[in-house]
Amino acid sequence: MTTLSTNSPASCPGCIATPAERIEVPLPDAQLALSLPTIHCQACIAKVETSLGAHPGVRAARVNLTRKRVMIDAAPEVSAQELADLVIDAGFEAHELDIGALNQTETDAAGRDILMRLAVAGFAAMNVMLLSVAVWSGATDATRDMFHWISAAITLPALAFSAQPFFRNAWAALRAGRLNMDVPITLAIVLAVVTSLWETGLSGKHAYFDAALTLTFFLLAGRWLDARARSAARSAAEELTALEVPRAWRVTDGAPTEVAVSTLRIGEHVLVKPGARAPVDGVITEGASEVDRSALTGETMPVTRTKGHSISAGEVNLTGPLTLQATAVGTDTSLHQLAALVAVAESGRSRYTSLADRAAKLYAPGVHILSALAFLGWLLWSGDMRVSLNIAAAVLIITCPCALGLAVPAVTTAASGRLFGKGLLIKNATALERLAEVDTVVFDKTGTVTMGTPRVTNWGDLTKGEQKLAYALAQGSAHPLAQAITACGRADSLEPHALLNLQERPGYGTEAELDGVAVRLGRPEWIGARFDHDGLCTVLDSGQGPARLIAFEDTPRPGASDLIAALKQENVDVVLLSGDREAPVARTAAQLGIYTYAAQKLPAEKVAYVQSLTGQGRCVLMVGDGLNDTGALAAAHVSISPAQALDAARAASDIVLLGRDLEPIADALATARKATKRIRENFQIATVYNVIAVPLAVAGMATPLIAALAMSTSSLTVSLNALRIRGRS
Amino acid sequence: MNVLAYLIPISLILGGLGLAGFIYTLRSRQYEDPEGDSRRILSSDWDDKPKSD
Repeated sequence: MTTLSTNSPASCPGCIATPAERIEVPLPDAQLALSLPTIHCQACIAKVETSLGAHPGVRAARVNLTRKRVMIDAAPEVSAQELADLVIDAGFEAHELDIGALNQTETDAAGRDILMRLAVAGFAAMNVMLLSVAVWSGATDATRDMFHWISAAITLPALAFSAQPFFRNAWAALRAGRLNMDVPITLAIVLAVVTSLWETGLSGKHAYFDAALTLTFFLLAGRWLDARARSAARSAAEELTALEVPRAWRVTDGAPTEVAVSTLRIGEHVLVKPGARAPVDGVITEGASEVDRSALTGETMPVTRTKGHSISAGEVNLTGPLTLQATAVGTDTSLHQLAALVAVAESGRSRYTSLADRAAKLYAPGVHILSALAFLGWLLWSGDMRVSLNIAAAVLIITCPCALGLAVPAVTTAASGRLFGKGLLIKNATALERLAEVDTVVFDKTGTVTMGTPRVTNWGDLTKGEQKLAYALAQGSAHPLAQAITACGRADSLEPHALLNLQERPGYGTEAELDGVAVRLGRPEWIGARFDHDGLCTVLDSGQGPARLIAFEDTPRPGASDLIAALKQENVDVVLLSGDREAPVARTAAQLGIYTYAAQKLPAEKVAYVQSLTGQGRCVLMVGDGLNDTGALAAAHVSISPAQALDAARAASDIVLLGRDLEPIADALATARKATKRIRENFQIATVYNVIAVPLAVAGMATPLIAALAMSTSSLTVSLNALRIRGRS
Repeated sequence: MNVLAYLIPISLILGGLGLAGFIYTLRSRQYEDPEGDSRRILSSDWDDKPKSD
């Protein structure tokens, strides 16, 4: 079987990744990918594949239903848009995906690698366990020795392959002078195998081959769960990125051609169409328009830009087409310079040690000291090297953090699965633990607690005639304010006035003629009217009587006020931090019931604000979407960004919120707290097992049978305890 | 007890076959699209032979 996808689904990382061997990548020539969010059955698969196959330029197309996308191998002249249209004609929703951003092979290779080792360890453990059961049931003499030797023959190569990750991690930690969970694991495995070999050579009674293998199997299962949960979130996050295909219009000899953003060079002319984001920093050489800078500054008020003004990458052109001469491209743009801020801010966060590491720090030395003491004690008391070494190995195996290895991944997998169902992608392994500690939530305003789309506030104050006129004039523009008016008109199902010569003046407004009178809708300065209004507004000049002001406000995101109320109930401090001007920030804060707010913050000031909160010992959750938030997102203890946020903001945050509603954040906090509680419970359960079994081991009464029982039951209890998170809501 | 001389190799070979089968499915990427593959068998388009691509 061959598939087109170069990635494997998170639920089933397929294929081995022994790095030396070349993995067969089916359809290595797939150059195009489409996201198909609405496909759901075999008929959809067949329909999409046949409709694409009918295109002469398509060599092969294969749908992946699990990932809801299709990978296409097509001739170079075929454009993705063309194929997307084909699929749309067949009755499905289709979006182009940037195949470069779907570069998932790395995470997948890791998942496959672990699954492979898990399979080998499982196979070997089952066989050795069968032989061990025979020994436990009373096999003696030559039979026992033979069984032990066969076990050894299976165990040694199996462990050499499947326990490699632990050996490697332990070596890396020891070389850096640290201790981690893998050190006691490796020591236990090695010591168990060595003493068992020795015992077998002397025809001894006890061999721990089965214990060493089951241990490896359970620990690998924990690692695999961990890798799977993270790769599921990562692939969903990558899909979001891949949906934004970086394209630009390069103008050569007056004619624009569509090219990839990465091919643009300094000095070239670039056309930015209305509604598009500027791909480069540049100076306007042609055209006039209004520009939305909210992604960079948080400011909701659009600014007018004409010839000679400069534009930064990331700003959105609202009304008229603009031609820029590029002054900085790629990583030199101001947009990318914000990334430097992220790198600085992130260095603070890397200091976080996960619960597992903290447990390992307490646990690893304890175990080693205990085992060494048991060894020395028995050596002094009995003077028998063989007995003492056996006891030391038994102590290490019994205390080996088998349940501890499962304690964290089992819980985080269950919790992230639950949150994924509610539309939250947990990108970072320790994000849940950090989220549970949060006591202060800092929100960005524009685009985060508000939608970034304006809404008319005084529509009812206008007369019916004015409403109809405004509605008619607004239809001439794609400006967000005009669209807000159009939405009002459509909601009231108004009949727009029939206008003559309706045209848009980019950067100013729209104008037309109504019964021979010039009518206009646009900026107050352009109309020549003065109003005492500091918010977003536009002015309607109906040609008769005084001009009318139409005021707007940013609509709050659904669930924002519920979320803030829920947070306050939990005694979490809420702060609104915005780059916008004082008045609108204060208004939004009052509307949502936030008492602490700060306005006109530059990106670096936002970082400083978050850092000063951290300096006061607070654990800050930053929720933001703009480029101006990326630094603060990275500096905060934990961060969330909505799916609509820019790629850079999503990349800087630990959790991505799908959907428009903010409400799931409250749920995420609750689940995170519960998850951390379960992790602690799991550590306690594992400790209880140790407290019971360790005295037996030190007293020399632990047999391989007891070790196997203690290990399996503690692992099972821990996994079942973790699953409880899924059940209750 | 001489029967063990046959039984143990047989059980190992059978287990090994299972392992080899699993490794084969992993390597040939049969876990890429579990949902799609379970649906594809319901389609009659490629009944005689698997789709060649």
